[in-house]
Amino acid sequence: MEHARVLRGVAGVAGFLAAAEVVGATGLIDDRFLPRMSTILRGAAELLVDQEFLADARASLAAWGLGLLLTVAVSVPAGLALGALPPVERAVRPLIEFLRPIPSVAIIPLAILIFSDNLHLRVAVIVYAASWPIVINTIYALRDVDPLAKETLRSFGFGPMSVLLRVALPSAAPFIATGIRVAAGTAVILVVSAELLAGGAEGIGIYITEAASGNRMDLMLGAALWAGLFGVLSNTALVAVERRLFRWHDVRTGAAR
Amino acid sequence: MLEITDLVHSYGSHRVLDGVSIRAAEGELVCVVGPSGCGKSTLLRSVAGLIRPTGGRVLIGGQPVDRIPDNLAVVFQDYSRSLYPWMTAANNVALPLRRRGLDRRRRREAATAALDQVGLADAADKYPWEMSGGMQQRVSIARALAYRPSLLLMDEPFGSVDAQTREDLEDLVLRVCAHHGMTTLLITHDIDESVYVGDRVVVLTRSPARVAADLPVGLGDSRDQIATRQLDAFVRLRAEVGRLVRGGSSTSTVLEKH
Amino acid sequence: MNVIRAVGRLWLVPVTLVVWEVATRAAEQPFFPPPSATLARMGEMWLSGPPAHLLLTEQAMDDFGPSLARLFAGWALAAVLGVAAGIAIGCSPRLSGYLDPLIHLGRAVPPPLLVPFFLALLKLSTPAQLTTIVFGIIWPILLNTIDGTRTVDRQHLETARIFGFSTAQRLTRVIVPAAMPKIFAGLRLALSLALILLIIAEILAGSGGLGYRLLTAQRTYLYTDMWGCLVVLGLLGYLLNSAFLLMERRVLAWHRNARQTT
Ligand SMILES: Nc1ncnc2c1ncn2[C@@H]1O[C@H](COP(=O)(O)OP(=O)(O)O)[C@@H](O)[C@H]1O
Ligand SMILES: [Mg+2]
Repeated sequence: MEHARVLRGVAGVAGFLAAAEVVGATGLIDDRFLPRMSTILRGAAELLVDQEFLADARASLAAWGLGLLLTVAVSVPAGLALGALPPVERAVRPLIEFLRPIPSVAIIPLAILIFSDNLHLRVAVIVYAASWPIVINTIYALRDVDPLAKETLRSFGFGPMSVLLRVALPSAAPFIATGIRVAAGTAVILVVSAELLAGGAEGIGIYITEAASGNRMDLMLGAALWAGLFGVLSNTALVAVERRLFRWHDVRTGAAR
Repeated sequence: MLEITDLVHSYGSHRVLDGVSIRAAEGELVCVVGPSGCGKSTLLRSVAGLIRPTGGRVLIGGQPVDRIPDNLAVVFQDYSRSLYPWMTAANNVALPLRRRGLDRRRRREAATAALDQVGLADAADKYPWEMSGGMQQRVSIARALAYRPSLLLMDEPFGSVDAQTREDLEDLVLRVCAHHGMTTLLITHDIDESVYVGDRVVVLTRSPARVAADLPVGLGDSRDQIATRQLDAFVRLRAEVGRLVRGGSSTSTVLEKH
Repeated sequence: MNVIRAVGRLWLVPVTLVVWEVATRAAEQPFFPPPSATLARMGEMWLSGPPAHLLLTEQAMDDFGPSLARLFAGWALAAVLGVAAGIAIGCSPRLSGYLDPLIHLGRAVPPPLLVPFFLALLKLSTPAQLTTIVFGIIWPILLNTIDGTRTVDRQHLETARIFGFSTAQRLTRVIVPAAMPKIFAGLRLALSLALILLIIAEILAGSGGLGYRLLTAQRTYLYTDMWGCLVVLGLLGYLLNSAFLLMERRVLAWHRNARQTT
């Protein structure tokens, strides 16, 4: 079964590449704007030895990782605090409900004014925008913790803090992890958006802007392809980590996926 | 009317049905009883054409079942999933009637009539989630009745309702099946129920299922929840079926000596 | 009663506003105008028009009109494409086997990276913006539709087979309604994503609209205007989400109720 699925997937990708190549070969589309598939793939391969691209990719990756780390460090405690203290959560809720719908990329122009350093800018934007899924998932997860489990521990004389640590946190962890996975995807979008909007010296968004002004569509699409592959890999890795850590957790649907 | 001959089915290498033969005459109500997991649903799904059995033959009205027959209806066990929750009771009943070539108004009339027969004339415009489990199962039965099948299949239709509702539904099935003269195959794991409802009781063995016994009930046509269950014949037959379901050998030879 | 309850729930909002107002007045930082100034500027920009136009100014028409049109056009297009393809893929395990890796790759490509490409390919800004939105938001719709279609209750499908539903009936009466809760979840996610992509597309491939206004305000040192845009975008996001929830609640009444009773 698994074998057949992999084969189908490979066939699907091969079919797509071949079809795109054939359409390109018919000359229906001007290949200055949409290069042939083979050209794009060659461009993507060249990028792997292109020092400039590698430096840009590293810079974006660093901003992404740092931003995500900081996001987790800020939003998990915030979510736990709000989830554990319902009165505070009720008071803060209207603010969250107003701030959250602001489209995340809209704060980039403001961030450009505040941060002169490009790394700080990207990290700040990530922390602002990627925190929401983690905070919200953590609040919901804490609210959903089996009251019986909490009561049991309380009846053995454990204080609220150790109930939080021993019952609430472990049973909320899978949902928090889901929130982090969503945040990781959001963070990718914000890094590249910030780079495209704010400019700067290094970053995959900068690389693409330069490729576009040099009319190198092949390099542009090649870079986008690598960004996509990176997204697939990081997501797969996070799912694998979740599976390993939370094997005990029956597959319930999370608050946000 | 229904002839199941040497039916064999395996899921992969796991044999579930091991040569099951059952016959039902026109208008007969046959109960199939067997322990949980013995393959009763598999049997029903083979008869309905939902799965293709590994071996054996099923004839309905002389026609082999090679796809889903159009003169057959099924009432499933789980009431919470047997109706479409996005449709009213009347629409649930009326939708299959399109296949009968009825126009909208006639579909609606047939649905109302069927709902009336199961005592739900007032619930036509209710949604499944506005009804109790027993009511939902009544709607399922009404849907089957309105469809006017010549063969009705029921897979533990009363398995998930409370005892009182269950008795009402048993009487309802007895009444409507007799009224329409439908041939009915009712599957259950409840020994009491099989004896109370059936004209005949077919007992299946533990997996892989075979026919352990095929017993005529002979309690007459009119049955009553209290009086019938107190009859000596009922009590004896129930004990017999119980022994067989638990894997004992038939004691009918002993019974005959009495 | 209601007023008291609302005050009890919302008290932090006025408190925050007052603190913000005081702090910004004290700091006198041009990037952070006081909220009262932002509010006044918003009124001036967008709500000082003639009563016949519901007070909307010409600038309001120029800012909101094109943005909303793009937003809804992109969303509707993605909805039609995503739901149709999702049902087809969800119904066929074979097709989904072929397309799975491509879908996962497509979903992972950050859509803003493609804006320069779409712009070069399509030349015009509106088609490029629409393409960006559609490309960016189709994935949650597609994946949710596939998931919803694939997880239709087996008994619901078997009932359809037993009673001989035609293919069209099976699709419209069983599969689509059963998948509807998941489809709606995807559509709602897509709507908030669409707003994000609209802004980025208008900034990068701009010619009018709220994103463009936001960018020009920032570039021309009109910081109160910029804050006004932020506030109105937040309101817009909130309204869109609420309106969608309202619609969802009506369309999926059966789903909510069915879940409560079982
Ligand atoms: N689709 C299936 N695939 C594999 N095994 C199945 C499937 N359906 C049922 N079985 C197995 O076949 C046996 C009989 O199942 P079933 O016919 O549902 O029994 P019953 O209805 O008597 O409880 C069980 O052991 C069950 O696990
Ligand atoms: Mg069964």
